[in-house]
Amino acid sequence: MNRLKLYLPLVLFALLAGLLYRGLNNDPTELPSALVGKPFPAFQLEAVESAEQRHQLASLKGEVTLVNVWATWCFACRLEHAMLNQLAAQGVKIIGLNYKDTRPAAQRWLAERGDPYWLNLFDPRGELGFDLGVYGAPETYLVDAEGIVRHRRVGVVDERIWAGELGQLYRRYAAQVQDE
Amino acid sequence: MNSRARSGLRWLATPLMAALLCAVAVAGIEVVEFSEPQLRERYQGLTEELRCPKCQNQNLADSNAPISVDMRAQVRSMLEAGHSDAQIKQNLVDRYSEFVLYRPALNLATALLWGLPPLLLLVGIGLLVMLRRRQPRPAAPGLRSAAEPASTEQRVAALLASQQQERQP
Repeated sequence: MNRLKLYLPLVLFALLAGLLYRGLNNDPTELPSALVGKPFPAFQLEAVESAEQRHQLASLKGEVTLVNVWATWCFACRLEHAMLNQLAAQGVKIIGLNYKDTRPAAQRWLAERGDPYWLNLFDPRGELGFDLGVYGAPETYLVDAEGIVRHRRVGVVDERIWAGELGQLYRRYAAQVQDE
Repeated sequence: MNSRARSGLRWLATPLMAALLCAVAVAGIEVVEFSEPQLRERYQGLTEELRCPKCQNQNLADSNAPISVDMRAQVRSMLEAGHSDAQIKQNLVDRYSEFVLYRPALNLATALLWGLPPLLLLVGIGLLVMLRRRQPRPAAPGLRSAAEPASTEQRVAALLASQQQERQP
């Protein structure tokens, strides 16, 4: 019994080391989304392309969609854009949410870098962004065909992320739609 | 550098420092108008207790991140619209999750957060009691500690007396 007690500090150390090791791979800036499992918030916003064009929640439904929050002031969005173009070419429906930006800058960006967006919402005051709980661009939401938010990625979407949870969930929900 | 130049620099440094600090203070001030003074108090309370989602360890009152500015505006407009504190908090939690509460509600996810400090306190007390028990107890601790000051005094008095006797030949 007393012999075993000698190993107690070692066991405690191992436990603590394990806990801290897990913490290393945890990104503290990545918050849980309050919206996962809940319907995408209603909105009525102008399109980036023109003020006359308006879009509503209905345009989101019927297909599995990625909603990508982007802005021209956001540096990481630059890194992400090529991946979005690639996904769009694969047939992924991506809706853009241009967040706290100006229309000319956004239009120039799309002309220069290509437009992966199925449609692009213009949210200069960050109203829909607020309802979504956006706290920094880029953010990407996975919305299923019924308009329920299924996942949120804070930060750049790249090959690794698309191979991970976001892409897996997308493929799963897309397959469900095809089955029906 | 001679001492006069140095003291001149010192004279200059104080107003310079003051000017710098003033700039910081002015940057932090934001004028928020309220129709009633009670609303201001509640606004201050709420913005101190709500956490900025972007800047992690700052509350809304201290943070100048764009998202905090938005959230403060939301708190203000909801206060003016007559919502209760609980409703305002719920409104922000619905969007930004429980992360924004510096005092999160007690539930399964936060059980460890709330439970660990009292648990550790109990463990600490338990250890202390165990260690005390293990120590061999002095025969009559109460009596001895009460008697000690008196006996020390007596001993000192005796010592002094004996020294004085030695000095007087």
